[in-house]
Amino acid sequence: MRIPCPYCGARDAHEFAYLGDATLTRPDPAAPDAEGRFFDYVYQRTNPAGAHEEWWYHAQGCRQWVKVARDTRTHAIGGATLARDGAATSGDPA
Amino acid sequence: MSRLPVGGLIDRARPLAFTFDGTLYRGHEGDTLASALLANDVRLVGRSFKYHRPRGIFSAGVEEPNALVELRSGARREPNSRATVAELYDGLEAASQNRWPSLDHDLLSINGLLSPFLGAGFYYKTFMWPAALWEKFYEPVIRRAAGLGRAADEADPDHYEKLTTFCDVLIIGAGPAGLMAALAAGRAGARVILADEDFLPGGRLNAEALEVDGMAGAAFAARLRAELDSLPNVRVMTRTTVFGVYDAGTYGALERVADHLPTPGPFQPRQRLWRIVATRAVLAAGATERPIVFGGNDRPGVMLAGAVRAYANRFGVATGTSTVVFATNDDAWRGAFEAQRAGARVTTIVDVRREVAPALTREAGALGIRTLLDGRITGTKGKLLTHVDVIANGRRERFATETLAVSGGWSPSVHLTCHHGGKPVWNEALAAFVPGTCPPGLEVAGAAAGTFSLGGALREGRTLGAKAAADVGHTSPMIEAPKAQDTPGAATAFWHVAESVGPAFVDLQNDVTAKDVSIAHREGFRSVEHLKRYTTLGMATDQGRTSNVTGLAIMASLTGQGIAETGTTIFRPPYTPVSLGALAGHHRGKDFRPVRLTPTHEWARAQGAVFIETGAWLRAQYFPRPGEKDWLESVSREVTAVRAAVGLIDVSTFGKIDLQGPDVGAFLDRVYINGFAQLGVGKARYGVMLREDGMVMDDGTTARLSPEHYVMTTTTVNAAKVYQHLEFCLQVLWPELDVTIASVSDQWAQIALAGPRARDVLARIVDAGVDVSNEGLPFMGAIEGAVMGGVPARLFRLSFSGELGYEIAVPARHGAALADALMTAGAAFGITPYGIEALGVLRIEKGHVSGNELTGQTTAGDLGMGRMASTKKDYIGRVMAARPGLTDPDRPSFIGFRPVDPAQRLRAGAHFLTPGAVASVENDEGYMSSVAYSPHLGHWIGLGFLKNGPSRIGERVRAYDPVRGNDFEVEVCSPGFIDPEGERLRG
Repeated sequence: MRIPCPYCGARDAHEFAYLGDATLTRPDPAAPDAEGRFFDYVYQRTNPAGAHEEWWYHAQGCRQWVKVARDTRTHAIGGATLARDGAATSGDPA
Repeated sequence: MSRLPVGGLIDRARPLAFTFDGTLYRGHEGDTLASALLANDVRLVGRSFKYHRPRGIFSAGVEEPNALVELRSGARREPNSRATVAELYDGLEAASQNRWPSLDHDLLSINGLLSPFLGAGFYYKTFMWPAALWEKFYEPVIRRAAGLGRAADEADPDHYEKLTTFCDVLIIGAGPAGLMAALAAGRAGARVILADEDFLPGGRLNAEALEVDGMAGAAFAARLRAELDSLPNVRVMTRTTVFGVYDAGTYGALERVADHLPTPGPFQPRQRLWRIVATRAVLAAGATERPIVFGGNDRPGVMLAGAVRAYANRFGVATGTSTVVFATNDDAWRGAFEAQRAGARVTTIVDVRREVAPALTREAGALGIRTLLDGRITGTKGKLLTHVDVIANGRRERFATETLAVSGGWSPSVHLTCHHGGKPVWNEALAAFVPGTCPPGLEVAGAAAGTFSLGGALREGRTLGAKAAADVGHTSPMIEAPKAQDTPGAATAFWHVAESVGPAFVDLQNDVTAKDVSIAHREGFRSVEHLKRYTTLGMATDQGRTSNVTGLAIMASLTGQGIAETGTTIFRPPYTPVSLGALAGHHRGKDFRPVRLTPTHEWARAQGAVFIETGAWLRAQYFPRPGEKDWLESVSREVTAVRAAVGLIDVSTFGKIDLQGPDVGAFLDRVYINGFAQLGVGKARYGVMLREDGMVMDDGTTARLSPEHYVMTTTTVNAAKVYQHLEFCLQVLWPELDVTIASVSDQWAQIALAGPRARDVLARIVDAGVDVSNEGLPFMGAIEGAVMGGVPARLFRLSFSGELGYEIAVPARHGAALADALMTAGAAFGITPYGIEALGVLRIEKGHVSGNELTGQTTAGDLGMGRMASTKKDYIGRVMAARPGLTDPDRPSFIGFRPVDPAQRLRAGAHFLTPGAVASVENDEGYMSSVAYSPHLGHWIGLGFLKNGPSRIGERVRAYDPVRGNDFEVEVCSPGFIDPEGERLRG
């Protein structure tokens, strides 16, 4: 699998560390139901067959966290965005 | 000799000597082991897997099911090598497999007589009773009898490389379609890689005597290869098998760099594993000929017709003194004519069809070949083939022949098209599976796509090569396709001779017969996947290249379903076997992963250190001195020296993270449980980090060097994890914080100096003006200054040992000099280097937690650090750490232990029980995590986790260790065994 790192360009997936679901948002710790929301945030995951947004960390490259749109069935990459600045990049891994 | 007087693509001026089962033979450069054996009339080359039936060479390519040999000897012995693709070299040694005492007289051929008991599923039916005999008797016996070759029993002496390369267009296969695809894409200017498993590009152009543009096919292939070699943007990789299609245009390929040499040259790898990243690919893998299933179709001398043709044309070998052809298609007739013209004596063509094109029978007549239409071979005779039985037009006949050339048509090599889950599609007109949905970026040309005419393959290769180049932006005028025979020969689908006498094999490699397929059908194993697993059809080294389609066609006829509905099993990588050595590459033994050395490694070695692997690092474990009887004596001396005077240890392996920016204080407040916002410049603080689930992730100290500049240390093992975590927090959770971090673990050497004389030693190496007095550098102070005459340094007053301690960081290149300088400065005080064993003893005596306690299952409360947690701020893990299960006072928590009997040795891992309680999980009250012999106290001490531990000091509990047979009482005590008030480290 090749991931189009917005900073480095297309790189082999071996250079990245995988974290998982990038659609989660850290809950407000001051919210009255914070414990329940954190429980969902830490443990509850869907396991979609198809389009998914995931965090990948370019450990052997620019050390940037990259939000990658990946189809879990085909490994087709739809695009990648730097976590920090939201700059989009092409999904073509070539 | 069966070598024809002329012809072939071998170099007759270059003879090569080789041995097979110890007998010396001669071949030529350009031969395979198989062609050379056939040229020497060696027709028996192996024994079959299950029944030990005599077997000969069956094919001329990677599909070979029979001619598996052990190549080379000693450490380089490689079993199950296909003789048909083993390139001959001078001195090659080969041996037959699966026979005893000899190939000619194999005692286990008795298995052939036992075949009624060894049929489909026999593993599941036989030897089931008594069950106790399976492991001791049946399995070993079966394993010995049903075997392939023997692996080498020494370490592989060769080297293997792994490389990655990139191209615009990858062409897989250098037959007519592949060569034209490479030429079209190459001339258009694309970066092209043309990979072929053979050592001679050309594919069937070399095996057949068809004309292209008025010249011999082989000459045409050589001309194209020459032009491709001249193009700087084209790379031709021979002896290279593309074995897998992976994601995003990544292809796996194995290059056999030195398998055609006696041994690899100096610094030459034996094989290379390539990762080829290609924007487009053209699969031109050709096709594999199918045999026909009939009685005795496995006898040495029965071969694929295309192989007989290849041996005649490419290798100048007649496979026997006489040849009968048994065919379902025109192509086999053309092969027979070519073999006849080359000098191999073809006597008869038997074709299952009632009618063939008159031109064929005319040509056969002109060449003196008898033809029998509507004919079938029903049986064969001879240990080596001597006779065949034929039924034609209802008449039975037996005649003599040494070779029987069989062709049931051709199956496109669709394997790589299926590697992304695509399924091949049955094409009724071609009687073959053709590619279905291909991996993105890959298209198929030539016979692999079911285009069986030479002219069609050349044209299709040309077109798809040009298209692939155009797809990546390289367009050029379409080149002319060369002229060649343009109509595919007629063929009919025919699988199995119903009138067969004797075992009729579907899968030669696994000894699966047509009867086995019918047994599987009868017993309900009818899906192709069940058929495969129940009968082993299609398994092992050839993966059923010559048997899959035939097997499922027979199953289809039994079930009455069509072949399309029956479907195929799934093709997965690798296309052909890949040696484990190539997959491992250089990652073997000590090179399995890199070993990291500390900046003072050589210094420690000079001090006589014994080293130990700790994670990725090699660290000094202890420094034995002459006369010390064991490691414990050395370690106790080192510990005592630190407590009494001063010692030093390299702690460079700790992770070091540089943090800069106006918001570092706020950031640290969010990642540590305790407060950091108020940390003053010149101060360091111990901190504990949690994971978001509330468990402790890591601990360490962070120092503030200037208002916006901090440096953090992490534990050795978690250095990368903590760094990644901090980047996640900064980039994903809180991008609004103005903080930049960098890993500086490798940039700084860090040495801990500990003991009551530590300050005296440090004072001697710091430059003038650096104040290391108790006032200038108090406990938990951190200052920057120079040491050893101008070397920039960071000085931290920290203590892991409980003694007056410092950590001195200098640029890594000065690490060894710093160690020397400290040794010199400390000589007068008896300075002692200590290793990580002594470090462990010191911290256990002091009651500090370490890796044994930071297990990922312990909370800050469990570790006795619950009160560190700030209530004035949020931090990672705070909310989840408050869950009732994690704050339950009944959780085992951190405490110390000493044996009631001071002579008793403690062991980590022992579980705690209330005395008198039954040793059960329900009664488990915790466990011992760390132990050490304390030279300070003169007995063993331990740290661990005990339910309500801190409130049970003075109580006796049972330390139960059934694994090592220990069961005795220990007394609960404070984890601080030494200086609990901390006077030493503040002095």
